[in-house]
Amino acid sequence: MTRRASMAASLVGFGVSVAAIFLLPSVLELFTLINATIYVSMAILALSLALIWGYGGILCFGQAAFFGLGGYTYAVAAINFGDSTWAVVLAMVVPALFAALLGYFMFWGRIGDVYLGVITLTMTLIFFKLFNATAGDAYKIGKAALGGFNGIPSTPPLNLPWDVGSPLAPEDIWYIAASLLVLLYFGSRWLLRTSFGRVVVSIRENERRSELLGYDVRRYKLGIFTIGGAMAGISGILFANCVFVSPTMFSLFYSAQVIIWVTVGGIGTLLGPIIGAIALQMIVAKLGTLEVIDPNVVLGSILLLFVLLVPKGLLPLMQSGFDRLRRPKAPVPVEPAIRPTATPAARRPEPVSAPVGSAPATNTLGGS
Amino acid sequence: MDLAVVVLLQVIAAVASLVLISIGLAVIFGMMRVINLAHGEFIMLGAYAVIYATRWGVNLWVAMLVVAPIVVGLIGVVVERTVIRFLYGRMIDTMLATWGLSLLLIGAATMIFGNVTAGVSAPLGGVTIGEYQTSLYELVIVAIVTAVVLALMAVLRFTQAGLIARATMQNPAMAASLGIDTSKVYAVTFGAGAALSGLAGALISPLSGVVPTMGVAYVAKAFITVISGGAAIITGTLSASTLLGSLNTLATFVATPVIGEVTLLFAAIVLLRILPQGITGKFFRRAL
Repeated sequence: MTRRASMAASLVGFGVSVAAIFLLPSVLELFTLINATIYVSMAILALSLALIWGYGGILCFGQAAFFGLGGYTYAVAAINFGDSTWAVVLAMVVPALFAALLGYFMFWGRIGDVYLGVITLTMTLIFFKLFNATAGDAYKIGKAALGGFNGIPSTPPLNLPWDVGSPLAPEDIWYIAASLLVLLYFGSRWLLRTSFGRVVVSIRENERRSELLGYDVRRYKLGIFTIGGAMAGISGILFANCVFVSPTMFSLFYSAQVIIWVTVGGIGTLLGPIIGAIALQMIVAKLGTLEVIDPNVVLGSILLLFVLLVPKGLLPLMQSGFDRLRRPKAPVPVEPAIRPTATPAARRPEPVSAPVGSAPATNTLGGS
Repeated sequence: MDLAVVVLLQVIAAVASLVLISIGLAVIFGMMRVINLAHGEFIMLGAYAVIYATRWGVNLWVAMLVVAPIVVGLIGVVVERTVIRFLYGRMIDTMLATWGLSLLLIGAATMIFGNVTAGVSAPLGGVTIGEYQTSLYELVIVAIVTAVVLALMAVLRFTQAGLIARATMQNPAMAASLGIDTSKVYAVTFGAGAALSGLAGALISPLSGVVPTMGVAYVAKAFITVISGGAAIITGTLSASTLLGSLNTLATFVATPVIGEVTLLFAAIVLLRILPQGITGKFFRRAL
């Protein structure tokens, strides 16, 4: 797509999403709306991994660690302060700080690829085990009992800033969650267009070369990792508001799911993982009510088929199909507009030269 | 004195069980650079193989040592031929694909076997050391694991098949040009790794409940042990298991089982920070 067409597309997308945000509460029942809010919070989690993995080339197996940390920080702080304002801020700062710490540990140790995956996975497991073992009165942070396996069922809802007397209704939380998703999506697109974002993508493409060009690779990786951690924290806050916090937030299940969403939606895109997250959750929820086939069978088969047959994911597939329809006579580009490589060496062999007719460079960086 | 012996036995048992649950993954990772995240489900299938075989009247030991490895080994070969062989050299993609496979197997097992805990009762009784008692079955597991490791070493070092396997591992292109059918080697290796996972599941089945999701508990631990061990299959797994297993048991002894687990995981993180290529990336480099 040309620059102008891409601008038009994002304007249309923005309009449609704003319309959806305001229309859904009047169409859906309350229960469905709360479910939709959960889907949106998960979409934010997917977006955070899309940034870290899809653009930063950092395969984090432990996105659930930041997600759970955000949720727990929010719950504990909100119970202690009685007001959710600073709790929200803390729930972004704590996961971001933890991500920065973990990132410093890993990137300054030059740990990459699978090893990085193991460390992040292990970190998540540690949190899972520790929070599961916090049952009983001995484990309290201020007024908040951590509750072990049961978590904190009385997670307080958000209230208007500095106004404890007005807790927000589920509809309001929907508005907040959905607007945050739109905001974070466009924020991420903007981020990737800044010089910081371009360096991050260049590191994904070729770490050695970026380093030889004088960029301190470690700092850029740390930066994107920290931003992703904060975003996962936001997702945790929203999730805590729809459900409640419990150690399952740290479980392998969430870390696995978010990787599946990004893979199916399209790695190296921002919109794909969001679509993947929402669509797959709807499918799994639907299958859960039908009780014909185990949702794990479907989820597993989908992931397997996508890795084998559609390794680039849904969105790039749809885009190349769309381009083909629009320009039936032009030579079909071999490569879609977005290069979906995580780490080129590890994922798949890269074509040496870009094929004639491939998209302009702005698209490669700007997301979708 | 008796206490020391018992603690030592516990350390040895913990190390052996880590070796047991990791060795199948280690064979597949060391030989093929494939991380099989469906490893836990291979363990689960091995356990179910024992449950069903004993229900049909097969002797427990035959079921554990013969039936389970063969069944899971065959499943492994099928998986390699249908999924893994399309993904060689794409480490991340194989991880994702085997993760999908893992979910698929959990779901399928839930549908077929039902989401209930099955089990076989632990054979053999206990042994008494002074005033303490320990399970004889755990000592048998230690013996079996030792035998398996020795056998694996002997196969790799002294047999024609082991030579071919090592050659393919070191330089697949060269091996292929010397007339070795590398794709067959890979299929057999994957099958062997799966069979070892099946054996692990079989030996675990009397100790833990058998449920479709049981593999999740093992795969992360095995994964961590193998990566901490590094590229050398046997030395890596042995050294990582010894280090992590002893730390786990000692921390459990001093504090609680949860602290023990956390110590194990934390030690693995620190280890990988210091030795990013695992233990055998730095020490014992020429070992098997």
